[in-house]
Amino acid sequence: MADSPPPVLALREVSKSFGAVRALREVSLSLIAGEALALAGENGAGKSTLVKILSGVHRPDAGRLLLDGEPVEFHGPADAQAAGVAVIYQEPTLFPDLTVAENIFMGRQPRGRLGRIDRRAMRAQAAALFTRLGVPLDPEQPARGLSIADQQLVEIAKALSRDARVLIMDEPTAALSGNEVTRLFGVARSLREQGCAVLFISHRLDEIFDLCQRVTTLRDGGHVADDRIADIIPDDLVRRMVGRELGALFPKQDAVPGEVALQVRRLTREGVFTDVSFEVRRGEIVALAGLVGAGRSEVARAVFGVDRWDAGSVQVGGRALRPGSPAASMALGLALVPEDRRQQGLVMELSIERNIALAGLAEVRHGPLISRAAERVRAADWAQRLQLRHRSLADAVDVLSGGNQQKVVLAKWLARQPSVLIVDEPTRGIDVATKAEVHRLLSELAVGGIAVLMISSELPEVLGMADRVLVMREGRLVAEIPRGTATEETVMAAATGIGGGGA
Amino acid sequence: MTITAKRPGATLRDSGRGLVERVARVRELGIVVALAVLFGVTGAVNPEFLGLDSLRDILLNSAIIAMLAVGQTLVVITRNVDLSVSSVVGLSAFGGALVLADNPGLPIVVVIAGCVLLGAACGAINGLLVGAAKVPALVATLGTLYAFRGIDYAWAGGRQVNAADMPDSFLSLGSRPVLGVPLLALAAIAVLLAVGWMLRNLRSGRELYAIGSNPAAAVLAGIPVRKRVITAFVASGALAGLAGAMWAARFGTVDAAAATGKELDVIAAVVVGGVAIFGGSGTVYGAALGALLLTGISSALAVLRVDALAQTAINGALIIAAIVLDRLLALRVAAALRRRRYRDAR
Amino acid sequence: MPADRFSLLRRWEGLILILLVAVTTWASLGVDGFANSSNVSFLLLDVTEIALMALTMTLVIVAAEIDLSVASTLGLSCAVLGWLWNAGLPIEAIMPICLVAGALCGALNGFLVTRLGLPSLAVTIGTFALYRGLAYVILGDQAVADLPPAYTSLATATLGPIPVVTLLVAVLAVLFVVILHATALGRAIVALGSNEEAAYFAGIRVKRIRFWLFVASGAMAALASLVFTFRYASARADNGGGLELAVIAAVLLGGVSIFGGRGTLPGVLAAVLLLGVVRNALILADVANEVLNFVTGLLLVASVLAPNLGAVWRRRTSPPLEGSLEGKSAL
Repeated sequence: MADSPPPVLALREVSKSFGAVRALREVSLSLIAGEALALAGENGAGKSTLVKILSGVHRPDAGRLLLDGEPVEFHGPADAQAAGVAVIYQEPTLFPDLTVAENIFMGRQPRGRLGRIDRRAMRAQAAALFTRLGVPLDPEQPARGLSIADQQLVEIAKALSRDARVLIMDEPTAALSGNEVTRLFGVARSLREQGCAVLFISHRLDEIFDLCQRVTTLRDGGHVADDRIADIIPDDLVRRMVGRELGALFPKQDAVPGEVALQVRRLTREGVFTDVSFEVRRGEIVALAGLVGAGRSEVARAVFGVDRWDAGSVQVGGRALRPGSPAASMALGLALVPEDRRQQGLVMELSIERNIALAGLAEVRHGPLISRAAERVRAADWAQRLQLRHRSLADAVDVLSGGNQQKVVLAKWLARQPSVLIVDEPTRGIDVATKAEVHRLLSELAVGGIAVLMISSELPEVLGMADRVLVMREGRLVAEIPRGTATEETVMAAATGIGGGGA
Repeated sequence: MTITAKRPGATLRDSGRGLVERVARVRELGIVVALAVLFGVTGAVNPEFLGLDSLRDILLNSAIIAMLAVGQTLVVITRNVDLSVSSVVGLSAFGGALVLADNPGLPIVVVIAGCVLLGAACGAINGLLVGAAKVPALVATLGTLYAFRGIDYAWAGGRQVNAADMPDSFLSLGSRPVLGVPLLALAAIAVLLAVGWMLRNLRSGRELYAIGSNPAAAVLAGIPVRKRVITAFVASGALAGLAGAMWAARFGTVDAAAATGKELDVIAAVVVGGVAIFGGSGTVYGAALGALLLTGISSALAVLRVDALAQTAINGALIIAAIVLDRLLALRVAAALRRRRYRDAR
Repeated sequence: MPADRFSLLRRWEGLILILLVAVTTWASLGVDGFANSSNVSFLLLDVTEIALMALTMTLVIVAAEIDLSVASTLGLSCAVLGWLWNAGLPIEAIMPICLVAGALCGALNGFLVTRLGLPSLAVTIGTFALYRGLAYVILGDQAVADLPPAYTSLATATLGPIPVVTLLVAVLAVLFVVILHATALGRAIVALGSNEEAAYFAGIRVKRIRFWLFVASGAMAALASLVFTFRYASARADNGGGLELAVIAAVLLGGVSIFGGRGTLPGVLAAVLLLGVVRNALILADVANEVLNFVTGLLLVASVLAPNLGAVWRRRTSPPLEGSLEGKSAL
């Protein structure tokens, strides 16, 4: 059509940097009324930054935002909302102290006389939204204590209540069950058919092909391709996202499993995970797979001692572990590279060398004092081994890119020469090249005799790296799949409980 | 206090709601029970404590602290704190008294309005420091606590305004009863009800809770965080200004040291009243009840002939007890919610 | 920007130092009676308690906590001292008891904060009232003044212009500088104050360290109470009222972040001296004591405002929300 209307919302050559990190480079994208656009790209490709620009949280350094073809500037989320943009974020953003209904209508509560909030109307409208979504949530319930899935449903109801012209969904399905996803897609479709422009982000390619008409792919902050979904197959999309063939990404070397290094027996933490037993041998990489919220990270945290457990036992190298003490776990040779790098892995304001020394302060001492020389040697040694790209070891870690930050976390733990290394989402949010380096490193470590327990939400990573795959679902270990028979289908079946993954 | 909130029956989806509501009720009920015990025991020892005069006195004494507690609640709900209130009260009390003494002809309404404006201006300084310049509230208001008091002293220069210097019509405001209730207490109750209504029923009121509950989400929800925080501080300042005028009328003799140290009584009242120090929950009614309880205790101590010096220690113990209780309740609720969710999941 | 931040920090401490030198020079030249040796001793004596408590307060605040109860602990310790002295105990037995009492006060704070997970601000506002109240309960409003002259004169004795107790402060200051800036414990304190979770994940015993910091803070307050009592030769329950604000003001003015994780002891010590000099000079210049509060308050606000205004200025040209939302509470 020659005279098609301009896109509802569009980005034109938008760039954005955070410190030294260039999150977006001259990215363009168009959201068209009545159409669902998928945004594809690996973690760290810049998707979330792009969402935050569309939602008014960040302002672009360069480039333009067009609303109905006219240049527009969002000075804050309120501006974006006024323009009809509704966002469902990856992480729910609720007010725990307020009721579900208030959460949905915050700032837009139905009002009666004197500006008084009409609670009855608010409750009724919220109830109507939940009926439309087909979920049995109580509008008067406080948001505190809702499960992640329920919180996500509240977010969806919030977006729905705005009668948005543009609906942005940033990985909304990560924590949802099959039923809930179907329901969500029903809502998204009906909104689209009513003329809403939809931007959809997901790691599950089948969902992209199911819901969307077009797809824009990002890689390392740059725009790679625009395709019509009808014109491509999933393999094409993966190739565009990754930039090369998948095989090259997982340089897994074969290692001969040695003695048992980590043994977990009937571990239970009430309300979080139940009766989890497994072992990891020296030289082995064992993956812990499952949906978000299945309890994988929680098991890792408990094993390492960050959280307590209620029943069961953990042995490292044959010695029983004292529960609830990271220091005790470390003394036995355990190391944990945590899920949330910025929050749990690093002290962002401290320098690279001090972060690397942090887990081994006893080892850089000279008498009662810290030896800065020893500290620097330790950091320089590992920075070189991991090919850390940095200017000075005295720089604060927050100037590094995500991948290099992850290397600092790895260096911090490897410098302790652990016998068991637990890595939780080791390549989340880092660029493709560094990703491959991390994979190679893990493989080398295993060959060198370290027992590696890897938690990952990326199936290709799980399938490419693991000697064995353990699958968790709803707090229980439901399957153990050897490398030979581990496929996308068998792992997903066990993780979702569809198609008989064991009970 | 035992909480019987763990029955795992009923409809699962509803139990969380009931639980949290019950806890909130328990919290304010707890103060009412404490008040009842206080009055019961003290009244049994000395029946005069329950006499009209005594009750009127208690009401009158708690009026000013309650007024300040209402303002403080507004600030604390947004996850901030206003330590400077006592200095604002002192400044406003002395300023108002001095102006009245120097210009006896001035209409009292004008003087009171002036006190409120002066307080609001002080509050605006706090609000700008916290909301616009992002100075942590604790530091900003600790600084202005000093600074406002310093201005007060500089202004007073050692002078003192005596009751005799002020017109009787003003002083009578401090003790005059209307329909048997002291005027000051009526003023405090009016402010309490008005602010309580606004916090519950206006969008802006709910937004204060949202800001304290999750500041990052408040920004994403498009709430004008800065404006709301500044407004909360201005309101707290204005109420402190009004309380200053009340202070001058009630005590008659005012110097630059008026109300020194009262900020801790106010914060004690707020905390004892169940307002979470990290924002997001609590009501002005709870805070006012907290003020009433603390004042009631100090009156009771006098009646019971306990050394008045013990009052400070009791206040401290009450604050600790209140936050420990809040914490234990919260842990209990969290555990119950976790169990409930787990059951739901299966 | 972090490089910026560090240099700004250095600049800040440098600024305090320059300010200290400038004010001292101005006072020496312009204020009668400032630069003689008895006034110098008086000045140094006058900041003793604040300096002592600022040492531990710095560690507490760097660890992202706060202790508002220090001056009340000081008062309680004074009251215990007066009470036991009246009861006839020898002073050599009383002094360790006072230190233990102070440590216990700190331990209660630490227990409530680390074991029950309560915010230290709320806890120490409570114990601020509690400890002062207990001091009144123990000693009432009497003043115990018949203290042994050997100690009261030692507390005000000088070597040249330098008071003996200043040497105590100096020794402890060196010790604390070493602890914070050159030991594993100091590293751990900075790390946990900056990011408690990451520190915990790195095996640092976060709760234990915080607990003992509160204990140290209480014990230090008790030590300060001994100096205070002997210096004024008077043990009263209301000794040191309001000193907590002076201590916190000095620590923040010295460049320690109220959010924890940042700050240096040399900066704090410079700030303690700066406040002391300003106070002393203004008193000599006949400015009313209470007006000094104004200066203290202004300096306190300025110390946080100045770096922040720079940040606000930068924000104007870059993203609107970056960094405007501190993860921690604004308290």
